[in-house]
Amino acid sequence: MAIRERLSGNEATAIAMKQINPDVVAAFPITPSTEVPQYFASFVADGSVDTEFVAVESEHSAMSACIGAQAAGGRAMTATSANGLALMWELLYIAASSRLPIVMATINRALSGPINIHNDHSDAMGARDSGWIQLYSETNQEAYDNMLMAHRIAEHPDVMLPLMVCQDGFITSHAIENIDLLEDDKVKAFVGEYNPEHYLLNKENPIAVGPLDLQPYYFEHKKQQAEAMKNAKKVILDVSEEFYKLTGRKYGLFEEYKTDDADAVIVLINSTAGTAKYVADQYRAQGKKVGVIKIRVYRPFPVDEIAQALSKFKAVAVLDKADSFNAAGGPLFTDITSALYAKGIFGPKVINYIYGLGGRDVRTNDIEVVYNKLLEIAETGKLDSVYNYLGVRE
Amino acid sequence: MSKKELKTVSADANWKEITPGGLIDSSGNAHLFKTGDWRSMKPIWNAEKCKQCLLCHPVCPDSSILVKDGKMAGIDYDHCKGCGVCAKACPFKAIDFVEEG
Amino acid sequence: MGKVVEIRWHGRGGQGAKTASLLLADAAFNTGKYIQGFPEYGPERMGAPITAYNRISDERLTIHSNIYEPDYVVVVDDTLLTSVDVTAGLKESGAIIVNTSKSPEEIRPLLKGYKGKVCTIDAKTISIETLGKYFPNTPMLGAVVKVSGVMDEKKFLEDMVGSFKHKFASKPEVIEGNIKALERSLQEVKGL
Repeated sequence: MAIRERLSGNEATAIAMKQINPDVVAAFPITPSTEVPQYFASFVADGSVDTEFVAVESEHSAMSACIGAQAAGGRAMTATSANGLALMWELLYIAASSRLPIVMATINRALSGPINIHNDHSDAMGARDSGWIQLYSETNQEAYDNMLMAHRIAEHPDVMLPLMVCQDGFITSHAIENIDLLEDDKVKAFVGEYNPEHYLLNKENPIAVGPLDLQPYYFEHKKQQAEAMKNAKKVILDVSEEFYKLTGRKYGLFEEYKTDDADAVIVLINSTAGTAKYVADQYRAQGKKVGVIKIRVYRPFPVDEIAQALSKFKAVAVLDKADSFNAAGGPLFTDITSALYAKGIFGPKVINYIYGLGGRDVRTNDIEVVYNKLLEIAETGKLDSVYNYLGVRE
Repeated sequence: MSKKELKTVSADANWKEITPGGLIDSSGNAHLFKTGDWRSMKPIWNAEKCKQCLLCHPVCPDSSILVKDGKMAGIDYDHCKGCGVCAKACPFKAIDFVEEG
Repeated sequence: MGKVVEIRWHGRGGQGAKTASLLLADAAFNTGKYIQGFPEYGPERMGAPITAYNRISDERLTIHSNIYEPDYVVVVDDTLLTSVDVTAGLKESGAIIVNTSKSPEEIRPLLKGYKGKVCTIDAKTISIETLGKYFPNTPMLGAVVKVSGVMDEKKFLEDMVGSFKHKFASKPEVIEGNIKALERSLQEVKGL
């Protein structure tokens, strides 16, 4: 039986970490992720985990400590947001290329500047090509569930890549909502032990990690990394299936909501998907054929699956909570449109909205604006503006 | 887990044949990388002058002073890069330092 | 879609409006509801006006935006009535609940023509008389439950007694005061 609880997204993340009981947590506080290591440090103090908690002096050090701990043979975890993630920058790439399956909670926040502590996805989107697997979470429940699945995915021998579980800062991280927790023993059995083939503390077989790697092999190592990311897709689906059998909660690469006979569909990430579902319900009640697609797995990008899913709609709006500043559209939009082009799918008209930057609240009327535009495009087949800002003051 | 056997990675190994992330999965593999051809100057050991003080051994940066049964036994020219530190360190001028070739 | 009750709290930093909203979420959760409790974070300082929100429903909540058309507004500090537009978007079918020693009739003129129900609760007097100190949260919670009818009063009271006993296990002297504060607030709300 699941444990019925009410928790904030940060509490849920910290409890997942407690149940996972990693060997090392190294973290530095930054809003809005601070509560994750804060709650976790209290579990360490209480003795309810036997994790070594390293209170480092920066996020650069947090990720460095995680890399060292993971290479040594332990499970290492951390949490951060925005500028903290940016300060980890070079280490993100080192963790990924050294094939160290570190797991991190990323509590999405606008990356300065101007300085802002509220939610958007500019932090994680900037790290999208760092070689980390990225799972996104609409709710505290999804943040918890993704965290429980994280190690199984990251540590799979076909994958061996670091993984970040993202959720919206404040909107889910600091909001109390209902959640179903798993019992500790079930989590323990599901997550299992970490038994790497090679690790630094293995005195029987000394190894070296992170050597100089020049023209003869670097390129081949990058190919390995690319293959691992491709493999991750199947592993994510397998682990999600196993999780479904355990909990009854179904997860795929993305979620399709009321898309069966839809003409107009919004594609987006994280908490606003819930608001979009709410509006979709109201529009459906009026007989309007609208739906929502919520991306859960952004890296690896489900290029074939998303192109296939979108092929049946007339009009699609991709909502990006981060701009690429490429004068062309947000990161999710460019990934989705290139997926459609690569698969030879030219049917749906696709537009982009940049929305909710710096924590600008996304209201139901904002979503209505998007659906109304899509329904108009579906009706007329005419497309006037592709790259748009949603609700910005003109 | 037992210690892995040292093996050379062939120059044309493909991405499936090399360790993930360039991990070096066995210790002491510097031995497989011959650096003798970096040398333009060469140390020559003169066994008759040698008093077996072994002061050359700890100063060699490339572990190229060969020691057998606790005694200096020669120079490993496969790895010696010809830095000349051994010749400088020898109190008995038992190591000459000459041009290669 | 089931009926969703939306509540907006106005308070000042340090007065516990956020905590009160979380307590309400807790209480509703304990009676089997789906809940949301979230503050609107800004540049918080002691005394600065702050806003917090609750959604309470019989069905799972998916919406993730602030509340613009609340069913109920709770004002923890009546000095906010002149500086903050507390009735903005408030449904006329709903109510505003103000912590004040004044009567609803005295408060209504400050509410920019709001035509719905105006309720008052003297949380200060109740708190000082039952708890010996000014902790407005418990009486405010009682008043919100009474006015909104969002959960069964009796069930709420039973549940709160249980949670007070659990929460204050190490200081049993405050359990009785809190229970009394709740009971009185349920009875002493004016303007129903």
